[in-house]
Amino acid sequence: MAKRDGSTKDSGTQKNQASELALSEAPSELLRELVAHLRQNRTQLREEWVVRISETRLLTAMTKEEIFAEATSVYDSYVEALETETFEALQAYARNLSERIIPRGVETHEVVGIVLLLRDVLARSLFAKYQTDFKKLNRILDAYEPAANRIANTVAVGFVQERERVIRQQQEAIRELSTPVLQVRERLLILPIIGVIDPQRARQLTEQLLRGIRTNRAKVIVIDITGVAAMDVTVANHLVQTVEASRLLGATVIVTGLSPEIAQTLVTIGVDLGKMNTVGDLQGGIEQAERLLGYKVMAVAEAR
Amino acid sequence: MPAGKIHVAINSDQDIVLARQKGRALAAELGFSAVDATFVATAISELARNIVAYARRGEITLQAVRGSSRQGIVVVASDDGPGISDIGQALRDGFSTSGSLGLGLPGVRRLMDEFEINSRPGRGTTVTVKKWRQ
Amino acid sequence: MEVPILKQGEFLIATFQADLSDADLENLRRGLVQQVVRFRSRGVIVDVTAMDVMDSFASRTLREIALMIRLRGADTVIVGIQPEVAFAMVQLGMTLEGVATALDLEEGLAYLIEKFKNID
Repeated sequence: MAKRDGSTKDSGTQKNQASELALSEAPSELLRELVAHLRQNRTQLREEWVVRISETRLLTAMTKEEIFAEATSVYDSYVEALETETFEALQAYARNLSERIIPRGVETHEVVGIVLLLRDVLARSLFAKYQTDFKKLNRILDAYEPAANRIANTVAVGFVQERERVIRQQQEAIRELSTPVLQVRERLLILPIIGVIDPQRARQLTEQLLRGIRTNRAKVIVIDITGVAAMDVTVANHLVQTVEASRLLGATVIVTGLSPEIAQTLVTIGVDLGKMNTVGDLQGGIEQAERLLGYKVMAVAEAR
Repeated sequence: MPAGKIHVAINSDQDIVLARQKGRALAAELGFSAVDATFVATAISELARNIVAYARRGEITLQAVRGSSRQGIVVVASDDGPGISDIGQALRDGFSTSGSLGLGLPGVRRLMDEFEINSRPGRGTTVTVKKWRQ
Repeated sequence: MEVPILKQGEFLIATFQADLSDADLENLRRGLVQQVVRFRSRGVIVDVTAMDVMDSFASRTLREIALMIRLRGADTVIVGIQPEVAFAMVQLGMTLEGVATALDLEEGLAYLIEKFKNID
């Protein structure tokens, strides 16, 4: 590690290199001293931090009591991460915390903000404590800063990852809602496909259908593609795959809504529609499905 | 995120099973969906089987990988076997549904998100595939 | 690993476990054919519910088993393919063409019974 005098901190790049070294070479004694100081002054520093949080008007979605409770946990996790120099526990805690506060409407900038505030509050207290011993202050900061930055990073990333996960879940739910697999009769499912089919949606449809076959013990599926926005080779191939996969689960697929023109085009391009059972319209498809299942469809008058 | 590469030596058909089991486990640990975990395990099975069938011996490595905003898994299947003389042919999607003769590489490519192959006759083969968590 | 082959009336039921070795599969193939001959079974149900991965080798083997059983005059139904596995199989182009499939054991039996009911 480079020799240091009592001058002010190095410039950016040097400091980064030194920081890297500091993280791995920080005398554990310094770190212990640092952590001890943070623990001794826990109550006071935590209080100071909470005050700063309300001053900057962060976490307005939470009550004072909630903020205080979370602040305690964050403070302790922070110090523990500094002490152990490991961040897995902190990461787990960050995601846990995020899981709780995201539904409350807490946003990324707030989480990043409060962690940085804590970093500053603790840094200030270090300044205050070691102001008479500049060399020591430098070394303490060398130990503290990279770790503190890593903590801020870990918490922020943990929060963002949790947010992304929630968003993905919501998107998935929306997609599922927009593509219902309908059980119309026993052993018969109908899947009306409407709109644009991108590869991701196509896979989600297939997955949903296959699960539906198993759950409903369906033997015949009618897939209606009348409403599909753009039927091209990719979508057609997805359809063929879906038909093949359904058969592996013992279900027969009838495709309705495939106009002769489009069918011709697809065959010309090379899509193998040979294995597909196609019927003109949905009604016709359902009737054929019922025949396959052995239902006799009688007119109401006959039934009486 | 689990760090470190998992190495599985591929010498026999039992190693194929081991490799895909580890692949599935890693995928599950990373939060992949059931379908995606199965895709990963299946791709590993195909790649490992190629090694056993054509090169006798090789290795499969598995590793978690991080992208800009997502996590993924990277699988590298390598061997010192005879190599592939015509990669274009091997990647052509022309196998009949009666059973993939050949290396099943087009299938592996469909199962995964990214696919890369390096092979030279007499120099062995390395296939690198990645799958990203949706 | 022993694969249990059960006799159910005129039919045989073989329940595959996950991660069978190549040797296991070979033994199974021989065993099934032997049993078909021995009991003069008319149908075989191969239950792959426990298989969480089916690669091209496994698919090819199943087709071969069906073929060999057919040569002995019996039909084969593959049952229990999991949704995720089915999805992966079609990505590989493995469609088990020419081999009957059903959702589960119950459906498999119904299929065989129906089939032989019509023939007799």
